[in-house]
Amino acid sequence: MRGLLPFLGSRLLRAAVALWLVSTVVFVVMRLSGDPVPLLLPPDAPRSEIFRVRAELGLDRPLPVQYVVFLGNVLRGDFGRSIHFRQPAFRVVLGYLPATFELGLTAFVLASLVALPIGVVSAVRRNSPVDQVTMGLALVGQSAPTFFIGILLILVVSLKLGLLPTSGREDWRNLVLPALTLGAFAMASIARLTRSAVLEVLRADYIRTARAKGLSEALVVTKHTLKNAAVPIVTITGLQFGTLLGGAVVTETVFAWPGIGRLAIQSIYNRDYPVVQCTVFLSAVLFIVINFCIDLVYGLLDPRVRSS
Amino acid sequence: MALGGGVFVLLVVITAMAAPVIAPHDPVRQSLRARLAAPTLSAADGKAHVLGTDHLGRDVLSRMIHGARVSLLVGFAAVVVGGIVGATLGLLAGFRGGWTDTMIMTLADAQLAFPFILLAIGIIAVLGPSFPTLIVVIGLSGWVTYARVLRSQVLVLRSREFVDAIHALGGSVARVIARHILPNVLSSLVVIATLELARAIVLEATLSFLGLGVQPPTPSWGGMVHEGREYLDSAWWISTAPGIVLMLTSIVVSRTGDWLRDLLDPTLRGE
Repeated sequence: MRGLLPFLGSRLLRAAVALWLVSTVVFVVMRLSGDPVPLLLPPDAPRSEIFRVRAELGLDRPLPVQYVVFLGNVLRGDFGRSIHFRQPAFRVVLGYLPATFELGLTAFVLASLVALPIGVVSAVRRNSPVDQVTMGLALVGQSAPTFFIGILLILVVSLKLGLLPTSGREDWRNLVLPALTLGAFAMASIARLTRSAVLEVLRADYIRTARAKGLSEALVVTKHTLKNAAVPIVTITGLQFGTLLGGAVVTETVFAWPGIGRLAIQSIYNRDYPVVQCTVFLSAVLFIVINFCIDLVYGLLDPRVRSS
Repeated sequence: MALGGGVFVLLVVITAMAAPVIAPHDPVRQSLRARLAAPTLSAADGKAHVLGTDHLGRDVLSRMIHGARVSLLVGFAAVVVGGIVGATLGLLAGFRGGWTDTMIMTLADAQLAFPFILLAIGIIAVLGPSFPTLIVVIGLSGWVTYARVLRSQVLVLRSREFVDAIHALGGSVARVIARHILPNVLSSLVVIATLELARAIVLEATLSFLGLGVQPPTPSWGGMVHEGREYLDSAWWISTAPGIVLMLTSIVVSRTGDWLRDLLDPTLRGE
């Protein structure tokens, strides 16, 4: 376990800096947006009323004081009241979180289940037609825009073939297309990286030794190769989970999935800034926490990372 | 493959530049009588709607051709913004070292530590969508790679004796940058810029699709896919045509980047 503590410390510091940075940007952007008070009051509110609300929100105090108060509020999960929902923004966002988790987790599991076997088979059967076709598809999956993959799936699978619903959140059938759309990029990346990780191990000397011993190819692949390729594959796969959060905004909008991504976009249209800020901040926290956990697992699995 | 990619990119560039000449119709002119017309090659006046019309009777092909301008303009401008910011910060971090270096690199790590699209959405939501905002936000989303490459090159060269010699002879830092650092990183910069271009084009289309990018009636590929969403069942061509062109452009540009990387700078391959 030597070196684990400094490794932990540096990762924790990085996570903290990222969080502080996000909150500072949120604060600056909020101030750039101008005075939020007229949005909160009816258009014909008297000036005295505007001044009263401004003082109540602390907007008449110096900027540095406002900044410190803001950071304190963020730490307590206080992002102000939603203008549209008329309740605390934090509570609104928490209500939409389960749907995003459900979609993200399904997309992730789906992507891993499809991509891992494909990556292994492509590596073992290198340059075969299977390898060429799947890796070609993976390249397309990595560079195609998420929103257009969603539109194409709706057009072909829902509208032309009539197999699955186009939007909403009722039963498992509503989940299939959004999960495929959201998972497409992760699926492509995991398949490509699994392939290269397995290829790397297949070139190792101990694999040649295993083959020279006369072990069957099946045994060489399952016992000697996969075990050694597992560490990089686990990390890569884990990292993809974090990036899914960014894609959720687009996917949820395309499929009218009631998660925090769609909430963020709708709140922008409603000019409901407290909710927008809370969503951005909370997603950033989630992303940073997930990546931190993956870093930890990686550090535990592979001592070499700690030193780098 | 490389040749085909090059020809395709060139075709998109020429289309964008010559859009007003090539486009068969006015991209923003509406016609209630020609709403949602299917793609056809026949027309009474010889000016057919080859890719059909949209919900306002505008010609889809003409809008797509003009949309290429938006995609490339925002894409290239964002790459320039990201490149300048990234290169400046990278050089600064490398030459100054110490505190400056730590701060810039921590900033880079922090930015990579969470999905930028969320921040972009927050910023654009408040500042309002406009071309300059879009270019700056997309540009700033990609500065980190440039900064890292330039910084590491500076660190490699800074301690070399000939650099000390230049300083001793009265040569300026600018001279070291122009004569020794830039030539060394030029091929890496070209590769990064190409890959960044693909990313910027997709990000612009995504933001436009979400209603946060280029605003109607200006045609953009992402915006067109968004407009056609409501009519997927009855008029599939409105969304599909610009979407396919966008997808092809993204794939071809990023493949060209991969190809350039293998050709010019194999050391980047691991990233």
